[in-house]
Amino acid sequence: MEYSNLQRQAASLKKSLFDQGYLDEQFCQIEYLQDEASPNFTEEVVSLFFENSTRLMTNIEQAMEKNPRDFSRWDVNMQQLKGSCSSIGASRMKNECTSFRNICGDENAEGCMRSFQNLKREHGVLRQKLESYFQVLRQAGPAVTAARPRGM
Amino acid sequence: MTVEEVKLQAAKANGGHGAKDQFPIGMRVLAVDDDPTCLKLLEKLLQHCQYHVTTTGQAATALKLLREKKDQFDLVISDVHMPDMDGFKLLELVGLEMDLPVIMLSANGETQTVMKGITHGACDYLLKPVRIEQLRTIWQHVVRRRSCDARNNGNDNDDSSKKLQVASAEGDNGGGNRNKRTSRRVRDDNGDDGDDSDENSNENGDSSTQKKPRVVWSVELHRKFVASVNQLGIDKAVPKKILDLMNVENITRENVASHLQKYRLYLKRLSVDASRQANLTAAFGGRNPAYVNMGLDAFRQYNAYGRYRPVPTTNHSQPNNLLARMNSPAFGMHGLLPSQPLQIGHTQNNLSTSLGNVGGVNNGNLIRGAHMPLQDTSKCFPTGPSGNSFANISNSTQLVTTNNLPLQSLEPSNQHLGWLHSSAGPFNSFVGESPQFPDLGRCNTTWSTAVSSSNVQELGQKDRIVNGPKLEPLSSFTEASSQIPLLGNEMQSQVASLASNGLPMPFTQEAVPFAYGSSTNSREMLNNNLALSNSGINSSLPNLHIDGSVFERNIDGSVVTRQTLDGSNSGGGGVPPLQDGRIDHQAVNSHLNYNNELMGTSRLQRGLSGGLDDIVVDMFKLDHADNGVPFIDGDWELV
Repeated sequence: MEYSNLQRQAASLKKSLFDQGYLDEQFCQIEYLQDEASPNFTEEVVSLFFENSTRLMTNIEQAMEKNPRDFSRWDVNMQQLKGSCSSIGASRMKNECTSFRNICGDENAEGCMRSFQNLKREHGVLRQKLESYFQVLRQAGPAVTAARPRGM
Repeated sequence: MTVEEVKLQAAKANGGHGAKDQFPIGMRVLAVDDDPTCLKLLEKLLQHCQYHVTTTGQAATALKLLREKKDQFDLVISDVHMPDMDGFKLLELVGLEMDLPVIMLSANGETQTVMKGITHGACDYLLKPVRIEQLRTIWQHVVRRRSCDARNNGNDNDDSSKKLQVASAEGDNGGGNRNKRTSRRVRDDNGDDGDDSDENSNENGDSSTQKKPRVVWSVELHRKFVASVNQLGIDKAVPKKILDLMNVENITRENVASHLQKYRLYLKRLSVDASRQANLTAAFGGRNPAYVNMGLDAFRQYNAYGRYRPVPTTNHSQPNNLLARMNSPAFGMHGLLPSQPLQIGHTQNNLSTSLGNVGGVNNGNLIRGAHMPLQDTSKCFPTGPSGNSFANISNSTQLVTTNNLPLQSLEPSNQHLGWLHSSAGPFNSFVGESPQFPDLGRCNTTWSTAVSSSNVQELGQKDRIVNGPKLEPLSSFTEASSQIPLLGNEMQSQVASLASNGLPMPFTQEAVPFAYGSSTNSREMLNNNLALSNSGINSSLPNLHIDGSVFERNIDGSVVTRQTLDGSNSGGGGVPPLQDGRIDHQAVNSHLNYNNELMGTSRLQRGLSGGLDDIVVDMFKLDHADNGVPFIDGDWELV
C-alpha cells in the first residue's frame, strides 16, 4: 500500500506513542469505533478527555491545597481521573494515577505531591504528542486506519 | 417459554425502535456516567453493538428518565462513582422501582467494590475501560430477567406466591437485609410482570407462560389495591381476596401477592419511622407533629425524661422500641433505607414491610403517592435523606395525586401521617393508616420530615438549610422535588451517598437534619447506609439546633390538626386518631400545609441540634391543644 508521507508520519507518531507506553490498546478500541458516522470520533474523544482531565486535575490540586491530608478525598478524585485515563488508553497517566492512589493509601502527603507533579507532566506530554499526531493525521487525510502499530 | 419467544417478546417490547424482531439488536440501553469521556465512548461502543442508546451524565436524570418512561428501557449501565448519587444507590433504586437489569461500570475492580455491586443487585460488573466484546453480550441479562419473570408469572398457584411472601415476610421480620433484598427482588420480578391494567404497552395477550409485560402499579391501581387491603384489613388481606376486591383485569394473583409484600414492607418501614416519630413526640411530651422538628438531639435528650409512645396496639409496641432505638440515628437512617425498606421495618411492623418495599420500590409515584405520606415519610424522614425524599415525594406530587390513599390502620402514626397527608393529598388517606404506625411519635418524625421535605419542595428557597456547611439550600432540593419520585429516590440516594461521602449531595440536606439525630440510636434499625449517613450527617450538621419557634408554629398548626386528629380518633388520648383511619383530611391538610409552610427545612435543621430547652418548651406548649391530656399521659407508654 502506498502511504503518503504524512500518513507514514502519522503512523510513526502513533507507533512511538505506543512503544513509549503513552497509549495502550484501549486507544485502538477508540480508533476502531471511528466510522463514517463519526469520522473524527477519536479526536473528539481525546479532546473531551483532555478537557475533563484538566478539570479533574485542577480539582485534585485544589483539594491538595485546601484539604491537606484529606487522603480519602484525594483518592476519590484521583479514581475518577484514573477511570478517565483508562478509557482512552492513556497508559502512563493511568499508571501514575494508580501510583498516586497507593501513596495516598500510605497517607504520604509528600509522596502524593510528587506523584501529582509527575502526573501533570505526563498529562502535558501526552497532550502535546496527541495534538501533533492528530494534526498530522488531519493533514494526511482519512487513509490511516486503526491498525495496531505494533502489529499485535 | 423458548428463547425465541423471549426474544420475540423482547423485540415487541422494544416499542418502536425499529428492531423489534431482532433482539438484541435495538435493545434500549440507558448509560449513566458522569465522566463525559467515558460516556461518549460507552455510547459509541453500545451503538456499535447495535443497541439503542440513551446517555446521561447524572444519576438524577437517569432516574427521571426511567421513571417517566418506564417501559422504554431494557437495561441500564451505570458508573459506580458519580457525584450526584452513588452508583449503588441508583442501582438499588432502579432494581426496586423498575426492575431493570443494571450493569455497573467502574475503573475500580477491587473485590469489595464488585461485591458491593453484586449485593446491591447489579446483574453484572464491568471494569473500565470497557471493551466492546463485553458489551456484545449484555443483552443476556435482559433475557434472563424476562425468563425469570415469565417463569414466575406462569406459575399461577398460590404456593409459589405464598412462598415468596413468606420468604419476604420472614426476611422482613428478621431484618435481614439480604433476605429482603433477595426476596424483594424476587417479588419485584414477580410483581413487575404481568399485565398492567392501567398501562400496558407490552401487552401480548399470550398465556401466563409467556413473558408478561411488567405490571405498572400506577397510582390508580395502587389506590385500588390499598383500598382493598384496607377493606379487608391489613392482617386479613390475602392476594386472592385483594384481587377480587380490586376487580381489575389483567392482573394476576401473583402480581397482587408481590405487590402486597412490598406494601407490607413499606408499611413496616413507615411504622418504624412512626415509632421514631412517636419517640420524639413522647420525648417532647406533645402530640404535635412538630415534635418531629425537634430533631433527634432533642429527642435523645428527652428520652432521658422518659419517652413515651402511644401504645395503641401491641403491634405498635415494636415500633416503639424501634423508636427508642432509633431516636437519634433513625432520622438519618430512614432516609437511607428507602431502597431497603426491609431493613428499616424489620424490627417491628409487619405493616410496613411490604409497604416499605412498595413505597420505595414500586413505580415510584404510585407508592410514594399513596404511601409515602404516611409511611415513607415517617420512615424516611427519621432516617434522613430517604425519608425526606419520600416525604417530598409524597408531599409534593405523588401524594397529591393519590388523595385517595386508603387509610391504613396505622394508629399513632396516623396523627402524624395525617399531618403529612394534609400537606399533600395522599397524605389524607394515610391519616387513617395509623394502625400501622406503632407510635405517633413515628408519625411525628415522619411528619416533620415530610413537612420539611414538602416544605422544601413547596417553599424552595425558603427552606434553605441553614446549618452546616454541607447543607445545600433547599432550593436545590426543591428543584429536584419537581420530580417527586425522583426526588425521593434521589434523596435516598443522596442520603446514602451523603452518609457514605460525608454529605456531598444537596438532597441529603433535607434529610440530614433528621438523619442527624438518628445516627446515634437507630443502629439496629439502620442498615449500613444509615450508619454511614448518620455518622456523615452528624459530623456535617454541627450547627443544627432545635428551633423552638418551629414547634410553636407547628403547634399552632398541628394543634389544630391534633385536635382534629385527637378528636376524631383517639378520644382520650393514647390511640392516635387515625385509628379507624378516618380523619378530617381537610383539617389535616390545611394544618399540615400550614405546618409545612411554617416548618421549612431550615427550621427543622435548626431544630435538630442544640436547643433542647426550646424544644421542651415548645413541645409542652403543644400539649395544651390536646384534650388536656399531656402527651405523656394516657396511653402513651413510657419508653
